[in-house]
Amino acid sequence: MSELLPSPTTIAALAKIGLLVGGLMTAAAYLVLVERWIAAWVQDRKGPNRVGIPLTKIRLFGLGQPLADGLKIILKEDFTPRHVDKVLYAAAPLVLLAASLAIFAAIPFGSVLPPLGIEGLPDPIPFLVAPALDVGVLWVFALSSIAVYGVLLGGWASNNKYGFLGGLRSSAQLVAYEIPLGLGLLGVVLAAGSLKLDVIINAQAESGTWYAFAQPLGFIVFLVAAFAEAARLPFDLPEAEQELVGGYHTEYSGIKLLLFLVSEFLHMVTAAFLIVIMFLGGWHLWGVTGSGQEVTWLGAFLRFGVLSAKIFAVILFFMLVRWSWPRFRFDQLMSLAWKVMLPLGLANLVTVAAVEEFRPQLVEAFGAGPAGWVAVLIPWGVFFAGWIAAGLLTPSGTDNTPIHTHGPLDVEHELVEV
Amino acid sequence: MKPDDPSITWLEEKPLGLAERLYLPLFVQGLATTARHLVSPKVTVSFPEQRPAVGNPLIYRGVHRLNRDEEGRVKCVACFLCATACPAHCIDIVATESPWPDREKYPEAFQIDELRCIFCGMCEEACPVDAIELTSLLDLTGKSREEMIFDKEKLLSVYDMTKDAEPMKSASLGGTL
Repeated sequence: MSELLPSPTTIAALAKIGLLVGGLMTAAAYLVLVERWIAAWVQDRKGPNRVGIPLTKIRLFGLGQPLADGLKIILKEDFTPRHVDKVLYAAAPLVLLAASLAIFAAIPFGSVLPPLGIEGLPDPIPFLVAPALDVGVLWVFALSSIAVYGVLLGGWASNNKYGFLGGLRSSAQLVAYEIPLGLGLLGVVLAAGSLKLDVIINAQAESGTWYAFAQPLGFIVFLVAAFAEAARLPFDLPEAEQELVGGYHTEYSGIKLLLFLVSEFLHMVTAAFLIVIMFLGGWHLWGVTGSGQEVTWLGAFLRFGVLSAKIFAVILFFMLVRWSWPRFRFDQLMSLAWKVMLPLGLANLVTVAAVEEFRPQLVEAFGAGPAGWVAVLIPWGVFFAGWIAAGLLTPSGTDNTPIHTHGPLDVEHELVEV
Repeated sequence: MKPDDPSITWLEEKPLGLAERLYLPLFVQGLATTARHLVSPKVTVSFPEQRPAVGNPLIYRGVHRLNRDEEGRVKCVACFLCATACPAHCIDIVATESPWPDREKYPEAFQIDELRCIFCGMCEEACPVDAIELTSLLDLTGKSREEMIFDKEKLLSVYDMTKDAEPMKSASLGGTL
């Protein structure tokens, strides 16, 4: 009998998966609304504020909009153009969505629950679908690389030049920015000494120093790379509407397009999760959440709330940035990745490694308290030095002045100096 | 245009200053601008319930009306100046002998096809007796094309509807009538 029933661990895992997927899908739908609100407010408009409860006149500030949007796009014709590669065309959104969702198996969405005392369940229960996964960070990065395949497949299978260009740009951009992303991440992994994201949060909670303060350079590099990985403005070249119609999803419609759009928002949510967990202390907030592993029910939900609030704040930042900067040109994008972010990321990594290596000597020389300050001040010094060096040494942009010639046939005319 | 055209002045781009090269100060500046707009008063209104403010009704070019004189008669003298001035040819007047002693002709029929009208205001400018005017009504809708052809009665009724909110323009604009 007992073999027919799923074990408590299975039930707990399924419950967590249900909660997480349900929450993420709802969040993605409502983030579309938030995005539209922010877009409208920044442009001095009112934004969607009419759709409320159906068949009534109750408006609820437009909170019914995501439902209406979703219903509309699901009911749209799911049109497959004749010239596409049918199998890959259908597989691309699924690959993208599956990868985007599977990432969250290793991402903690809270701290731990207090002991429940149920037999067969580990105590305390962590807010994490796969708590035993020792390679959490690697899992996240491996799957976010697979998500690129979804974009690439979509662009390739569409058999459309805009889709193809979008996919091509996407692959070049994501490959370039994986490196600064990884370098920013390596600093954190070095300092925390673990690849598990919950351990990384615990390390920040125990020391009270979020890695954004201890590794400012790594934080900036990671932040910029996360923007690029999520393909958000100013790095949204894979789907630059003005240049590529829709980019890799030009040929998609109906529910397949919906899957692409949801995955895009999930990418942003993933990026926000990673930024908060690795650099902004996860669920930790000084004087509010405590830092130990023993929690009450109130504490568990407080930590969940703090984490959610931080993630929402980072997403708001993403959305504000979207309306503050114009898109980079592709050569600028590449030069930023390879000429600025890569050296800065390396500088950060070396600094963190040196500080961690010589921490015992620092404690010996300055005493335990001041040594902590020195270990924070050194990276800040490197941050300012590296930032100023990057600003002064890199070419401030490409030469945009037109070359004044009469064309290739006019040999008498030399290049005219402007 | 050729690049060596003497009428072109080529400008040197200003070299970037330290703040611009470091990017971060400009980043903060840009974000501050965005955040300011995020909370600033909105310029749009919830349309059907709220009406957008018309800047100056005296010069706004909305739906036409045919003005009445003090005795409630149509002011138009059927001179055809508006129909002649109209670049869209949307005004159609049938003139007949006036029953009143103060003028020779009056319009038996006066039609404006609001779908053809481009709201340029030429008719208003051409009118010698300030009979045709453009009001500040801005939402003109109809369910059929026929409905959008305004005849004399309808144009007069627009005057009756708007005369309190918008008195005849000529006095305010320094006219004589």
